[in-house]
Amino acid sequence: MSLKSKSISSKGSLNEDERLKKISPLRVLLNRPELGALGGSILVFIFFGIVAGDTGMFSAYGMLNFLDVSANLGIIAIAAAMLMIGGEFDLSIGSMIGFAGICIAIPAIYWGWPLWMSIVFAFAMAVLVGYFNGIMVVKTGLPSFIVTLAMLFILRGLTLAITRLITGRTQVPGLRVLIEDDPLAWLFATDTFKWLFTWFGSLKLIELRTDGTPLATGIPPSVIWFIALTLFATWILMKTRYGNWIFASGGDKVGATNVGVPVGRVKISLFIGTAVASTIFACIQVLDAGSADTMRGTLKELEAIAAAVVGGCLLTGGYGSAIGAAFGAIIFGTVSMGIFYTDVDTDWFKVFLGAMMLIAVVFNNYIRKKVTESK
Amino acid sequence: MSDYLVQFNNISKFFGKVIALKDVTMRLKKGEIMCLLGDNGAGKSTLIKTLAGVHKPDEGEIIFEDNKIVFDSPKDALDIGIGTVYQDLALVPLMSVTRNFFMGREPQKGIPFLKTFDVEKANKIAADRMGQIGIDVRDPSQAVGTMSGGERQCLAISRAIYFGAKVLVLDEPTSALGVHQASMVLKYIVKAASEGLAVILITHNVHHAYPVGNSFTVLNRGKSMGTFQKKDISREKLLSMMAGGEELDKLEVELQEMDRIHNKN
Repeated sequence: MSLKSKSISSKGSLNEDERLKKISPLRVLLNRPELGALGGSILVFIFFGIVAGDTGMFSAYGMLNFLDVSANLGIIAIAAAMLMIGGEFDLSIGSMIGFAGICIAIPAIYWGWPLWMSIVFAFAMAVLVGYFNGIMVVKTGLPSFIVTLAMLFILRGLTLAITRLITGRTQVPGLRVLIEDDPLAWLFATDTFKWLFTWFGSLKLIELRTDGTPLATGIPPSVIWFIALTLFATWILMKTRYGNWIFASGGDKVGATNVGVPVGRVKISLFIGTAVASTIFACIQVLDAGSADTMRGTLKELEAIAAAVVGGCLLTGGYGSAIGAAFGAIIFGTVSMGIFYTDVDTDWFKVFLGAMMLIAVVFNNYIRKKVTESK
Repeated sequence: MSDYLVQFNNISKFFGKVIALKDVTMRLKKGEIMCLLGDNGAGKSTLIKTLAGVHKPDEGEIIFEDNKIVFDSPKDALDIGIGTVYQDLALVPLMSVTRNFFMGREPQKGIPFLKTFDVEKANKIAADRMGQIGIDVRDPSQAVGTMSGGERQCLAISRAIYFGAKVLVLDEPTSALGVHQASMVLKYIVKAASEGLAVILITHNVHHAYPVGNSFTVLNRGKSMGTFQKKDISREKLLSMMAGGEELDKLEVELQEMDRIHNKN
């Protein structure tokens, strides 16, 4: 009996404790990982709306242009963000893009495989590369930074060496003719909502070519993939058991293992995720350009990580969001394209990219302190 | 059927030539709190890991509800109902109360292959459970990092109980806490025991152990110095036993000797 009364009195005092530390709604909002990137995106749009509002950047054609660039980056940024939340890095994303490109092009052009088979082959190779990255990190306990840095060189070297060995060149053109009637390639090479754009065109709502067809023909496949992957990743992170395991693996590997989370399996699957996302990126770009280039994707890993960081991912893992990474990619994509519409020299883009990242890291650090500080 | 819920009889553990534990016996009834006291290096960690199924004992037997048990992994110990709360608590500060509570054992709903983490149910259970201990979690989606040390400890214990622990093994639950926080945790431990759990409380703090314990086992250099009921032993006696009483006595004699020589000169 006395125990009961004691626990009630302690409850009362605890309530008062909590009341003292009551968090304002603003702080709750500030604690969301994607807030910074969302705010940043809005600022970027306002900026270009003022500076380049009358230049055609915000016409249907202009918007699809910067959305396409954002979406391409977003596809790999989302996968990079999930891996970062899981506590690891992948520096081999860019090299994997180049490697996947020639995995599609060489079999299709030189070995006479049907295009769909080459695409399946590229994805199979991606799963292998991702699995290898993952198993190396999990089994050796080495930092993923080192393991995937090695993979960055190995894959890029393989891409160059194999391509030159087989083709004698560093580019493999001639894919465009194979896209038609392929049962798989349309997934990465079809503009959607064409009817909508034709309709808008007929109403003269959007710009037309001289022959009367609209300048913007449809939503590019990258944008569809980007939206689908953002939704899928967010669903996984917030709504599934596996999502909770990702946060746990990145937040505290030992603790997660102790309560039964299969940390190794989670991390390996995330490495496969980044390699597969790189391959989706490669498919879209290679089929759009009609050729594979051995240098395709160079430095993309750093842009992906930058977008994920701007999107609120902590470098130490356990915190972040896919929506944040998506907005991070939109910021970079919009600025890299928008800069063409202003008088600013495009060389300044990299300065902007670096500065954004620094601001984001400082901001994220502050957030983490706020989230973890104890009463 | 014996009175005991769980018995660890004559447990020994060797690492090569090193005798980490020798003939340690502990028997617990339902509702009993046994405090395991010992100085650093007394073999507490080895014993915990043996109880938790991390180590297999080289000698001795574990009897749970009259059945002889052999643990092949920590999961086996967990499955029969021995829940261990380690010092690091296995909590992720950046994750919410709910996500921590159900980490690794998330409730799911929905159709196969599209199962989702049932966040509403999990939130409700977590808030409920924390409420029962007297911790008012206004928002179960708040990060564990915002909780105090005592609240985190209670969360970890509460989690172990929710997932079916009948025997709770607590590793130094109060060592990192202030007086107020420690008393909150101890109160919760007493409450858990009063609901029929057997608790093994590992600590080197006699002042925390003595008020809540029913019996006390003192470990010294891998050997049990015996198990004592509370009525048979005083706080001072316990303290001197676990601190290596003779050693302190010897030290006192030596100091007196030094004093005497000093005064002579």
